[in-house]
Amino acid sequence: MCATCGCSSGAKATIVNLETGRVSMIAHDERDHHHHDHERVHADGTRHSHDHSHAHDEHVHSHEHEHEHEHEHEHEHEHEHEHEHEHEHVHAGGTRHSHAHGHAHGHDHAHDQASHQADHGGASIVDLEARVLAKNDALAGRNRAWFAGREILALNLVSSPGSGKTTLLERTIRDLKSELGLFVVEGDQATSNDGDRIRAAGAPCVQVNTGTGCHLEADMIARGLAELKPVFGSVVLIENVGNLVCPALFDLGERAKVAILSVTEGEDKPLKYPHMFRAAQVILLNKIDLLPHLDFDVEKVIANARVVNPDAIVFRVSARSGEGLQDWYGWIRNEVAAARANAV
Amino acid sequence: MHELGITRNVVAIVSEAARGRRVSRVTLEVGKLAGVMPDAIAFCFDTVAKGTPIEGAHLEIREIEGRCRCRTCGLEFSTPALFTPCPCGSQNLERLSGEELNIKSMQLEEAA
Repeated sequence: MCATCGCSSGAKATIVNLETGRVSMIAHDERDHHHHDHERVHADGTRHSHDHSHAHDEHVHSHEHEHEHEHEHEHEHEHEHEHEHEHEHVHAGGTRHSHAHGHAHGHDHAHDQASHQADHGGASIVDLEARVLAKNDALAGRNRAWFAGREILALNLVSSPGSGKTTLLERTIRDLKSELGLFVVEGDQATSNDGDRIRAAGAPCVQVNTGTGCHLEADMIARGLAELKPVFGSVVLIENVGNLVCPALFDLGERAKVAILSVTEGEDKPLKYPHMFRAAQVILLNKIDLLPHLDFDVEKVIANARVVNPDAIVFRVSARSGEGLQDWYGWIRNEVAAARANAV
Repeated sequence: MHELGITRNVVAIVSEAARGRRVSRVTLEVGKLAGVMPDAIAFCFDTVAKGTPIEGAHLEIREIEGRCRCRTCGLEFSTPALFTPCPCGSQNLERLSGEELNIKSMQLEEAA
């Protein structure tokens, strides 16, 4: 998909395989190329829709739709010839146009008529009913199937900058690497500092630099996975860009989002960023070792989180002291078992 | 500021569907709880559309109210915020509307 987030416009997202040092670009040009490719295929074999469904995104899917409809339209035309002569004559006035609705409306006759009228007025309305984020969602669906086929548990870790995501990951890796295969996709606007820390902690890691982009997208994960090659039955931890806004909208194909909120932030953060806290299945309340030095009201933040997301599981942890981490690890183990049990 | 990216997606999807024909109007449906600012989309639209079949098209954004159905008492009610509870106090709600982010339609200019 091309630049979903405007903030990544002109940005060159890159993936660094920290195991091999290989750098690959997710340049927009390249993504655009994808589109051109599809278009070309379309132009060559317009009627051919199946080829595309294997392709990369909903982009294609919507195309496919249209083509299918176009088909139908042609058939419908023939039918109409039989049944609706009058109608067909009207058509003759603006034949080309009727094709336009054809794809659009498919089966809705009432609608079609309305459009025909619009037609004669010099313009036609084409019903698209396309979800704006369909491309990302379709790619995320592919990632999800990829994970399921390999019985991999994928978690999308989201938070503000500075909540302690990377420290928490380092600690989790050190504590669990003997029992679980852990792999990390590290997202940051720039630098491989976090990726280097993760690697030092003992997990294979690819660093995705989003440039000026403020979140990871499903296609970046797909590329990252191709480099990372997580093994069957492992855990893939995706550390999203520190941002509580945009990552909420972009499904990566994960099994669950885990929001990390540190006690040095405000108790009202779940209310200020409701989309993110609602999207998260787990909330890790981090840095609780600092509570004696703060006026932070733990019960209040948990109550706020429940307002937004009554079903959220909240763990109180300190990545530094280790307090509460067993609960988090227990949850991961359960999810690993579930990922294995639910695999296709 | 994901609205610019969203606008790019809108322009890309519509351009592709238009297949070279000129588009005079694009209609979006944006839920009031979708986490997207219509004004910001409108702000980006003209710039993003430049050089595409949508350049100069009129952008219509239909905002959609948030509505929920309570799974506890069955009431349907409007939700000004993402997490507005039911008047009965329940937060076990089914979202009916308000999180749309859809391209409803495009209007094509008559070619001939």
